[in-house]
Amino acid sequence: MFPDNRIVKQAFLRTIPVMMGYLVLGVAFGLLLQKAGYHWVWALGISLFVFAGSMQFVLVGLLSQDASLTTVAVTTLLVNSRHLFYGLSFIERFKAMGKRGLYMVFSLTDETYALLCAVGDVGSTEDRDRLSWWMALLDQSYWVTGSVVGAVLGSHITLDITGIDFAMTALFTVIFVEQWIAAKNRLPAIIGMVCAIVSLSFLGPDRFLLPALVATVAMLLAARNLVEVRR
Amino acid sequence: MSIASSLLVVAVTALCTLATRATPFILFGNKRRKVPAAVLFLGEVLPPAVMAALVVYSLKHISFEAQGLWVNEIIGVAATALIHIWRRNTLLSIGIGTVVYMVLVQGAFL
Repeated sequence: MFPDNRIVKQAFLRTIPVMMGYLVLGVAFGLLLQKAGYHWVWALGISLFVFAGSMQFVLVGLLSQDASLTTVAVTTLLVNSRHLFYGLSFIERFKAMGKRGLYMVFSLTDETYALLCAVGDVGSTEDRDRLSWWMALLDQSYWVTGSVVGAVLGSHITLDITGIDFAMTALFTVIFVEQWIAAKNRLPAIIGMVCAIVSLSFLGPDRFLLPALVATVAMLLAARNLVEVRR
Repeated sequence: MSIASSLLVVAVTALCTLATRATPFILFGNKRRKVPAAVLFLGEVLPPAVMAALVVYSLKHISFEAQGLWVNEIIGVAATALIHIWRRNTLLSIGIGTVVYMVLVQGAFL
């Protein structure tokens, strides 16, 4: 087992891209919430207890338009429905992590999911699990920090950092490339890409992801023999 | 909106978000039952497929109709991917890719 500080350092290095993205998007969320008339304590609470990037932006809208609780529930379930599929890859792993596993389930955002998929071989299972836990924790701490800073500073921020949130697109790209190189079978990656592009061109940017993921799962199951035989 | 109703809205959002993340564990996380083979299979092959979808998702707002709006993103992604294939260093690829993109959006095609 590695000492804790080595694990934390590893976790920090691996989460730097997420830090760049989360700080910037967190600030943007905090700003938006402050403009909607909420004290920064709300930004802190929401980022601590909801912790869902795109949904929190939608939430600001729901709060300002006096939406009904039913609308809030249905909207949240739809916007976050892609998360239904993320846990499938970590059922055994998180279960074995005990109480920390519960936090892993709660904090499974797109970006943390991506980092966990790319965690690779880090020696022992315990080290891998501790590294995973620290990465999840650091990711949320960046998001919380960004939101509070955005809500406290409001519109006093002038530094031009337009485009820095591209770090997260780059993170997804890098992990995709890694998996593409490592894969014995590229069919899953191709199916995912084709379903996403086809769905995007038919349904547009706001509604494409869930249908794309459902189609991906259906096609993967249908092509199961092909994928497994060639592996 | 009153403080109480705002709190309710936030609580419902938090609970529904947690529900989507916890569903696979509630369905298949039972200690006594074995995870179905199809689910294990999906758990194994979904990551590359989802990652491809997430790349598209994070680029979803690019428009091929407005000239110049998509060039930055395509160059940024291509630069990131090529540098990564070349050096296989995650931070280097993401760092250079992001800087390239920032230079493009703040300057060239604005």
